[in-house]
Amino acid sequence: MDNLNNLMQGFEDVIAPMNLLLALIGVLVGTAVGVLPGIGPAMTVALLLPVTYGMEPVQAFIMFAGIFYGGMYGGSTTSILLNTPGESSSVVTAIEGNKMAKAGRAAQALATAAIGSFVAGTIGTLLLVLVTPFVVDFAVSLGAPDYFALMLLSFIAVTSVLGASRIRGLISLLLGLTIGLVGIDAVSGQQRLTLGVPQLADGIDVVVVAVGIFAVGEALWVAAHLRRKPVEIIPVGRPWMGKKDWRRSWKPWLRGTAFGFPFGALPAGGAEIPTFLSYATEKRLTKHPEEFGKGAIEGVAGPEAANNASAAGTLVPMLAIGLPTNATAAVMLAAFQSYGIQPGPLLFEREASLVWVLIASLFIGNLMLLLLNLPLAPAWAKLLQIPRPYLYAGILFFASMGAYAVNAQPLDLFLLLTLGLLGFAMRRFGLPVLPLIIGVILGPRAELQGRRSLQLSGGELSGLVGGPVSYAVYAVIVLVLAWPLVRRFAVRPRTTVA
Amino acid sequence: MSQRVDERSVEDAPPPPGKDRAQYGVCAFLVLVGVAVIVDGLGIPHITSSTDPVGPRAVPVILGVLLLLVAVAYAVDVARGGHGEPEAGEDVDLSQGTDWRTVLLLIGAFVVNAVLIERLGWVISGALLFWGTAFALGNRHYVRNLLIAVTLSLTTFYAFAIGLGVNLPAGVLQGIL
Repeated sequence: MDNLNNLMQGFEDVIAPMNLLLALIGVLVGTAVGVLPGIGPAMTVALLLPVTYGMEPVQAFIMFAGIFYGGMYGGSTTSILLNTPGESSSVVTAIEGNKMAKAGRAAQALATAAIGSFVAGTIGTLLLVLVTPFVVDFAVSLGAPDYFALMLLSFIAVTSVLGASRIRGLISLLLGLTIGLVGIDAVSGQQRLTLGVPQLADGIDVVVVAVGIFAVGEALWVAAHLRRKPVEIIPVGRPWMGKKDWRRSWKPWLRGTAFGFPFGALPAGGAEIPTFLSYATEKRLTKHPEEFGKGAIEGVAGPEAANNASAAGTLVPMLAIGLPTNATAAVMLAAFQSYGIQPGPLLFEREASLVWVLIASLFIGNLMLLLLNLPLAPAWAKLLQIPRPYLYAGILFFASMGAYAVNAQPLDLFLLLTLGLLGFAMRRFGLPVLPLIIGVILGPRAELQGRRSLQLSGGELSGLVGGPVSYAVYAVIVLVLAWPLVRRFAVRPRTTVA
Repeated sequence: MSQRVDERSVEDAPPPPGKDRAQYGVCAFLVLVGVAVIVDGLGIPHITSSTDPVGPRAVPVILGVLLLLVAVAYAVDVARGGHGEPEAGEDVDLSQGTDWRTVLLLIGAFVVNAVLIERLGWVISGALLFWGTAFALGNRHYVRNLLIAVTLSLTTFYAFAIGLGVNLPAGVLQGIL
């Protein structure tokens, strides 16, 4: 059990007072920012990334693990108390969670979300420890054509599986690929789309893109349509659950985890499908079907566990293959890259201790989250009352600070504004933002792998089809692309399950 | 997946406002970007070698062509009455039109910070940014906001620049802070 030893070593590295303090700060700040309305987990991580710039990688990742789970939990608090899911993954939690809160059961909804998140996060992280080495073994055998095919699959999946409109997903992806193109070509050293601006030679930093599209875009969009009336907040006491709530919650937690983790770990996964599946399953299995739609605790427990387990699952392809499958993983990948660390199969050889510290911190952050959030929930709920001008002024303030801190150049602030306006336009026209972020991050690497594949074949396009993995992946791509046609003829009669 | 989208669109979206012609502007933007990417791509010297038979030109050209194709496909979709759902949210009121005055004021505050950050330093430019954005968003407690803004920029400067070693300029206050 080599991995267990590695993990124990990871725990030993984390359990130093200073490191535990960093984990605690990460959890606190992550939750506090994640609770703020309109800020989802990905935006939380992007906004807080620059905070860690002055630290050593180990310290930074300890804090990051806390921010990661803190941001996730904060998002679910908001969706329960305000019905304003910061990210599509907490949409389902909001359905029953907010109804429960309105029915005076906010404390129980928050409790089942917190404990469910803890259970799912812990099991998910354990599975991460168990599964990742196998994925690494698999990934080591992959050649350039296989990687190229996998990234192509990510592009296709993110544009056509998730989101409502394929054409709009594709627009977003292409814009992301264009942004990713800016800078010096890694192979030939030629400048592309830099317009002769020397600062652009290194490309546009992913953090600037993420903060611009998520934070600035969101703030501008909300500012243009700000609701000028105070928001009604549901008062909360300290979260607790009665015996009956426990009895009704524990199975949904486990089932939600079982849905969440595998979907998160797939290259085309995400949290939307498993949270929805979990909701549908709990609705079918419940002994209290009359409560669904009016605030059933199973409908919070299951999806919330699925959401957290899926978040742990997304770390598998992110760490082992370097493939982000949702926005939060994409920003985490950017965090690795900002330290000059490239996730992928070699990560576990080159930066083994760092990876195991990160994983150990995930366990610890998750536990801290549970211990903190049960007593602190009323305080978090107060954050929801922050006057909106201050909230969005604060978002722009921290976004600017973070973007400037990346490279210490004012040009990044203008880029941030431009990207914010792009994010604004995307919200106006209903273009999804996730494909853009994935395009920016994976675009340059897909090009590199594609050119490497063609190098082996001397420029023949046949070089793009390599081993059996690439055949399989291309087959999946064809399936994904053909799915709407298949569905139109085959699955027509049962489209109204929900 | 599709069920969820349907449910949401029934619950919180405003009724479809007829054909959304502004989307043709997006098409025009995509054409513009596509042409720019192709022109820039063709301007790159075509360098190939045995280790890189493709060279740096191929991807920009392919991407540019894809952008043009997508612009056409999008235009067709719009002409057929396709439209995207504007993003909803608890603080978002889509029944009113877009409040451009607020957006322009925000952009103004943003640009002021970007121009002044190196000259005056983060503490001053950041405080101006917070105060300006709070004003733009309709808060009229000038003095209180100034206090909050200065506290915020001072705290972040000491916590991040001095405490955590994040890059933030001291500007004219160099030596005083």
